[in-house]
Amino acid sequence: MLNIQGLSVAYEQNGVLLPAVRDFSLSLAKGQTYGLVGESGSGKTTVAMAILGYLRGEGRITGGRIEFEGRNLLTLPQSERIKVLGKSIALVPQDPMSSLNPSMRVGAQIAEGLRYQLALPKEQATRRTLELLELVRVPDPSRVARSYPHEISGGMQQRALIAMALGVEPELIILDEPTTSLDVTTQAAVLDLLRSLIHDKNTAALYITHNLGVVAQLCDRVAVLYASELVEDGETQALFQNPLHPYTKGLLDSVPRLGQNKSGYELPAIPGRIPALTERPPGCCVFAPRCPVAIERCFSERPILESAMGDGQIRCHRWPEIASGEISHAVKETFAPVKARTSTMGEGDVLDIQGLRVEYLVSRSITDAITNAILGRPTRTVKAVDEVNLSIRPGRTLGLVGESGSGKTTLARTIVGLVERTDGVVTMTGLPLPSRLSERDINTLRQIQFIFQNPEEALNPYLTIGETLQRPFITIGGKSRAEARGGARRMLEAVGLPVDYLGRLPGRLSGGEKQRIAIARAFATNPDLLIVDEPVSSLDVSVQAAVLNLMERLQTENGSAMLFISHDLAVVGYLADRIAVMYAGQIVEICSAETLSEFPHHPYTEALLHAVPGIAPQPLGQTIRLQGDVPSQIDVPSGCRFHPRCPRFLGQVCVDVMPPHQQMEDGNWIACHIPPKELQEAQERSYRGGGVE
Amino acid sequence: MVAYVLRRLAFLGLTIIITSLVIFIVTQMLPGDVARVVLGREAGDEALAAFREAHGLNDPLPVQYTRWLANFVMGEWGTSLSTRSEIYPLVMERLKNSLLLTGITMLIAAPLATVLGVLAGLHEDKPTDNAISIASLAVVGLPEFVTGLILIQIFSRWLGWLPPNSLIESGATFAEKWPMLILPAMTATLVLLAYIIRLTRAGVIEELGRPYVRTATLKGLPRHTVIMKHVLRNALLPTITVIAISFGWLISGLIVIENVFNYPGLGRLLTFAIDRRDLPLIQAVAMVTVVGFGLANLIADLLYAWLNPRIRLSY
Repeated sequence: MLNIQGLSVAYEQNGVLLPAVRDFSLSLAKGQTYGLVGESGSGKTTVAMAILGYLRGEGRITGGRIEFEGRNLLTLPQSERIKVLGKSIALVPQDPMSSLNPSMRVGAQIAEGLRYQLALPKEQATRRTLELLELVRVPDPSRVARSYPHEISGGMQQRALIAMALGVEPELIILDEPTTSLDVTTQAAVLDLLRSLIHDKNTAALYITHNLGVVAQLCDRVAVLYASELVEDGETQALFQNPLHPYTKGLLDSVPRLGQNKSGYELPAIPGRIPALTERPPGCCVFAPRCPVAIERCFSERPILESAMGDGQIRCHRWPEIASGEISHAVKETFAPVKARTSTMGEGDVLDIQGLRVEYLVSRSITDAITNAILGRPTRTVKAVDEVNLSIRPGRTLGLVGESGSGKTTLARTIVGLVERTDGVVTMTGLPLPSRLSERDINTLRQIQFIFQNPEEALNPYLTIGETLQRPFITIGGKSRAEARGGARRMLEAVGLPVDYLGRLPGRLSGGEKQRIAIARAFATNPDLLIVDEPVSSLDVSVQAAVLNLMERLQTENGSAMLFISHDLAVVGYLADRIAVMYAGQIVEICSAETLSEFPHHPYTEALLHAVPGIAPQPLGQTIRLQGDVPSQIDVPSGCRFHPRCPRFLGQVCVDVMPPHQQMEDGNWIACHIPPKELQEAQERSYRGGGVE
Repeated sequence: MVAYVLRRLAFLGLTIIITSLVIFIVTQMLPGDVARVVLGREAGDEALAAFREAHGLNDPLPVQYTRWLANFVMGEWGTSLSTRSEIYPLVMERLKNSLLLTGITMLIAAPLATVLGVLAGLHEDKPTDNAISIASLAVVGLPEFVTGLILIQIFSRWLGWLPPNSLIESGATFAEKWPMLILPAMTATLVLLAYIIRLTRAGVIEELGRPYVRTATLKGLPRHTVIMKHVLRNALLPTITVIAISFGWLISGLIVIENVFNYPGLGRLLTFAIDRRDLPLIQAVAMVTVVGFGLANLIADLLYAWLNPRIRLSY
């Protein structure tokens, strides 16, 4: 019922038309869920906006038709189109917070659509709104309906938007990365919800995402887009098991999966980067520059879309050879394992933290604080980090996993010295580490380096790459300008970027390249400890593997230890030796990365494992979902912090007593009242298909 | 919300006290001896000394300050040194006039500027927007005495529709007064217009780009509903605040305009008092201005807090 034929969309820039979508075709039947997979610049969001008629100013439709229930949406007059859209096509957008009007109550916003489209009188609309909120599993629907958007959590906002979209009973629902901004556990719950709702209502759905795991979970068919072109299309499971296009294969292989660890596996990375809008000449295969099996023909002739086995489609010159197994289209470039530099640091821990606490006082204002002091009310504190012990050995990587509100970022910033600690003993290579950055000497500064999440903001836009890379040598390394220049050049080579980048400004580099520079800068002075905070989260998927490999290689060459912080359990599982799981300011478990997919684990870790959408078909027993939200950092639950949400809640002991650290092998431990043996049996049973008793 | 209001009131009080201190210190630092100014240059030393004693000018400064502040609060503002009349009724009369002019200006300027700003924002970069933006920018560059004089020239000399000055009588009725208020109000409007238009326009453009507007549009709501019900209520928040603050500014910021039109307002009284080194009068007018400005700001803050759910509900 949705038939897109040959859609082409271009953006106009300085009078030139740049292709955003080229000749895109797709057929969606009633009740079908179609995934649209691609990275930034692939055109997937542009396709959605073209359907909705919401292309921003510079976007122009340059060809094709979009047929919805027999009518071409592109040629409809605006008034007609609005009618069709409001009633029959709905959008669940990416960022729920900004997609809701901050000055209107949530219930009113949902009811508005109902009253307008379905001509419902006010009372009925209100009742229907509450019904819808119940349908999307919102606890306490009437409270949420009366709330303003900023008063409810991200997960609930998204559910409200889903309710808004479904309320008018549309024929087609378009979802644009609806769970990207949500925590993993929240995302899992929302995906469950979407799956059941779409199924029950038999709505057709177009699901746009870059996350292959989500597609595997939710979609019947999937279309893969790369740099404005549809490169492959087919039934989901078939495509993921036998991807024909080299890009699809590269993408599937380069994303770390749960259970893969660097110690037994090398992560293949697609070389190069996604071409910008201006770098897409029409007469060739757009993926050719990065393709492992590209031949001459690929650079001079654009491949056409052909039918492949079953009802799939593929746009590649060499697909018959790939399909028959004649050639392998796996990525060739994997890095050769490097011999580790023998550590000159001896056997002691690089970093050792005991009893770390970081607390902030909470008071709304000065007068509030004074009032509290006068009345003798206890000051409320935010316990961002509460009694954390951890240590990292030289050359090893400790992964730190947690969702929002876990305290992981605060912990990292405390180690670096950006945030002052309230209590605790921190030693760095055996010597006490001053709390504040200003109290540390040059050598200590050299020892700890930080790589930030957002490479766009981590480089000074007014300094050339060369100047940025010279800085650490001069300020921390105490080298002369000439030595620094040499060092900058060496680091640039080490991260695989061409020498002429030295004179460029960061604005001309892509996100992945900027992150490489940040990595080069961090390793410049041979730090003993490298702290990386979500280094690849803001990068495109096809580039992530290369950056991860680079970090690992430099780390091994340098002999640095690494603290790797992320919310992505699969990525951490790949890169780390050991993993610390944080919840509500505390570490609840330390385990080995190699045995990540084996039990026993802390119940929270277990829930995280169940929540990660995997590409392989999920085991039957994936029913563990967490209810509610992460606890407030001010009114922390008593006893075990996790007890209000724990699917394996034991009893009163969890409420009253802090759980002991159950010791496992290799210095790992789980903070839980349930003995490890019991946990293991129960968790394995759940995983195999029993749910939770 | 109640706690917020109380807190803001407390801050207002603090602001007024601190400003009063500044006013007092500054006027004390003005060159010129009060006694000599009042009694004249030929006055003898004895007469000067007696005057100083009588007026408590020899007391230590903190005492003088406290006495002055207490008197102010109680409404005893003393006698003007230049006119020898009671300050309180004089200032109040002028204040009434200033408020009248301010009110009429706002009545014209606020709706006009808001509508123009919204139109400019809705039609960004199109002819309507260009016309409005250019016109308002052109006007804002002109000083008030230029625009005032131009208006007098056009409407009074050439067309003869309106009187050339605004010397209103003390006991005049409103019907007698209002023709004389139009030209100064229009001049003041032109000053505010550009500022409010640009602010409103920017607010509208910013809100239009936000995702929630897309949500509303995709619900199938017609454009005018989206604008009225969704965009404006967010886009106009800064505009409302600025309008409230402008009240405070207008009360005494109209000095130039009052001089051009000979309008008996607070601004003219202040220049009059400064010319004559009339300390008590200066202090009184300055304090009234501070209180007026503070109240206008307070109301602006409270209005914004009340209209913005994020603030209203967190206190």
